[in-house]
Amino acid sequence: MAEFSRRKFLQYSGGLAGILATHQAPVFAQQSTVHWIRWNDFVPASDELLRKSILPEASKALGIKINFETVNANDLQPRITSAIQSGAGPDIVMLNNNHPQLYAASVADVSDVAEAIAKAQGAYYKLARSNTHDGKKFISVPWSVIGGQIAYRKSWFAEVGYDKFPETWEQYRDAGKKLKAKGRPIGQTLGHTFGDSPTFSYPFLWSFGGKEVDEKGKVVLDSKATVESVRFMTAFWKDAHDEGGLAWDDSNNNRAFLSQTICATLNGASIYIESLRKPDQYKTEKGAQLKTDILHAALPKGPAGQFAMHTFHSHVIPAYSKNQKAAKQFLTWMHTPANYEKWFVSQKGFATPPTPVWEKHKMWEEDPVMAPYRVAGRLGLTPGHAGPSDRKAAEVLTKYIITDMYAKAIQGGTPEAAVKWAAGELKSVYG
Amino acid sequence: MSASTGVATRGPISRMLEREGALAFWLLVPTLVLLTLFIAYPFVRGVWLSLTSSVVGVPGEYVGLKNFAKIWNDSIFRTAALNTFVYTGVTTVFKLALGLWLALLLNRHFRGKAWVRAFILLPFIIPTVLSTLAWKWMFDPTFSVFNWLFWKLSIINARINWLGDPELAMASIMTVNVWRGVPFYAISLLAGLQTINPDLHEAAAIDGANRFQRFWYVTWPLLLPVTMVVVLFSVIQTFADFQLVYVLTGGGPANATHLFATYAYQIGIGTGLLSEGAAISLAMFPALLLVVVFQLWYIRRVENR
Repeated sequence: MAEFSRRKFLQYSGGLAGILATHQAPVFAQQSTVHWIRWNDFVPASDELLRKSILPEASKALGIKINFETVNANDLQPRITSAIQSGAGPDIVMLNNNHPQLYAASVADVSDVAEAIAKAQGAYYKLARSNTHDGKKFISVPWSVIGGQIAYRKSWFAEVGYDKFPETWEQYRDAGKKLKAKGRPIGQTLGHTFGDSPTFSYPFLWSFGGKEVDEKGKVVLDSKATVESVRFMTAFWKDAHDEGGLAWDDSNNNRAFLSQTICATLNGASIYIESLRKPDQYKTEKGAQLKTDILHAALPKGPAGQFAMHTFHSHVIPAYSKNQKAAKQFLTWMHTPANYEKWFVSQKGFATPPTPVWEKHKMWEEDPVMAPYRVAGRLGLTPGHAGPSDRKAAEVLTKYIITDMYAKAIQGGTPEAAVKWAAGELKSVYG
Repeated sequence: MSASTGVATRGPISRMLEREGALAFWLLVPTLVLLTLFIAYPFVRGVWLSLTSSVVGVPGEYVGLKNFAKIWNDSIFRTAALNTFVYTGVTTVFKLALGLWLALLLNRHFRGKAWVRAFILLPFIIPTVLSTLAWKWMFDPTFSVFNWLFWKLSIINARINWLGDPELAMASIMTVNVWRGVPFYAISLLAGLQTINPDLHEAAAIDGANRFQRFWYVTWPLLLPVTMVVVLFSVIQTFADFQLVYVLTGGGPANATHLFATYAYQIGIGTGLLSEGAAISLAMFPALLLVVVFQLWYIRRVENR
């Protein structure tokens, strides 16, 4: 065993004392490190691309070491909550929808980064701004819109007389009823999950004329329009849906569609992209490649119009981060069109950038099936509509109150009681 | 070395440790430090949080019992509270009955006894999240192996909505809890059974007691103190259960399976209302305290008989 002499001990302990006294690490350890946390992408190729190509390039260009970590999307909130409370953790955190509003007091002002991107690319979509701006400043840098469109089986809908996708909820219910009778129901989650549940239930409510609050933030949920939407949903669910959907998360519909147990589902294109990735694994009942029988369409119209709410992604820099400057440099670099484009193309349309300028990108011409996602960002509204998408709206969203209103009525009880319950919950949030 | 020299060279620490009280204190210090750091501090901090208006990243200010008043008027909280009592009550009865039955079986002599005893422990040994994920697949709305089996056996002609129907979802989570908890009861009660002197059974048999009478008048009274301790631990764990429900249903459908812990997590971590989440967590405390006090009192009474 090597001898640890008194001289060596003094050298080491003296060095450590020096670091502690000056709060300065030795020169060789001074390269900035940015810890970036994102979800496990529904398009795994994009995470691979980031790890193997884009991030090494960023490190080289900026002289910043980037620790990239991916977690389940539903685990992003626990991570940021514990990080903020303990004052230590990742330097950049991806968040869903308007969740940044929950952490507005604990994240850095990123207006400089976001405004520069908006200025360089024209402007953000309205929904991108609503989700990430607290009325005074940007609290999160918009990253992408995960367009929500209905993926459906072209041939199955044609078999029941719908060569074109149903335009109204009534028609969709009719088609779904006929298809359910053939053992091919519509698949939709109304469970406690971040993506497909709210992006279905909120636009459904809006399309009947229901709203959580008015422009001034007054709770107006308990209305004739909302009750009508709930009444419609309970019958629609029984007539046309796979009733197991009440317990689904964001991945159940993918598995159900790919195994051909459902005819249609609201989806962020991951089903179609998976069928492209493994064309010989996923086949129709007639032996054709499944990808040839999938099309996408927007959610149907209701009495008050056609609406959408898309899952939205943005990045916050927590205020505790000691690497805010490097984190901002990195986000600016990532959003530079030449760098962002590589990631965007790898998504094959699953993610739509937050500015309209990308609608003109040639990637959209590669596959007409993905075309509806091109303009997804234009149509989306945000939670809390017609009021601001603020902390209260985020609270209602994370408590799943709107989704549960429909789920409660489906489970039994009157539509009026479900709406009254939800309105009561909203009042306790909005005051 | 003479005895007098030894006394003369003994230092102040040695002299202090010679006193029984001081030695006991110093031996207890590590435990006290650990308990203070990991039990007392979080508990006191939790109590303080519940009395403030703290949200994530904002310390908030003292608001008294406002959070408790708010959750009292919250219908989801009331559902979660009721669910927790039903969940704990029903599963405890089943775990005790099945665990006792299993323990009595395992107390007999048969070939491969050691193997069976080892296998019985498996549900308890496997990490809860892992085994619950397997159960999630078995209850899957589309690909449930139970549905497939029942359908193949022509028992059903439509899928059973295990986790999507409120009552079935509660029954499903309780089933998994019972499956996971029975080994703990079985092995603990088996240990209790093995401490009972076989002579007592023989004496009872000679006196003409049948099998049930031997169980009721000999085994059960002697097993009762162990049973009470096992039930005490189990009730505490079940009352504060989280992982199982979080993985299987996330509290859904429409909050039908929320327990105190899962609802506290949703409010505290999901929505960032830390003080309200702490208040929901602490709402468990009085009920648990009553259970613990009653059971400890009962155990003492039984032991002093």
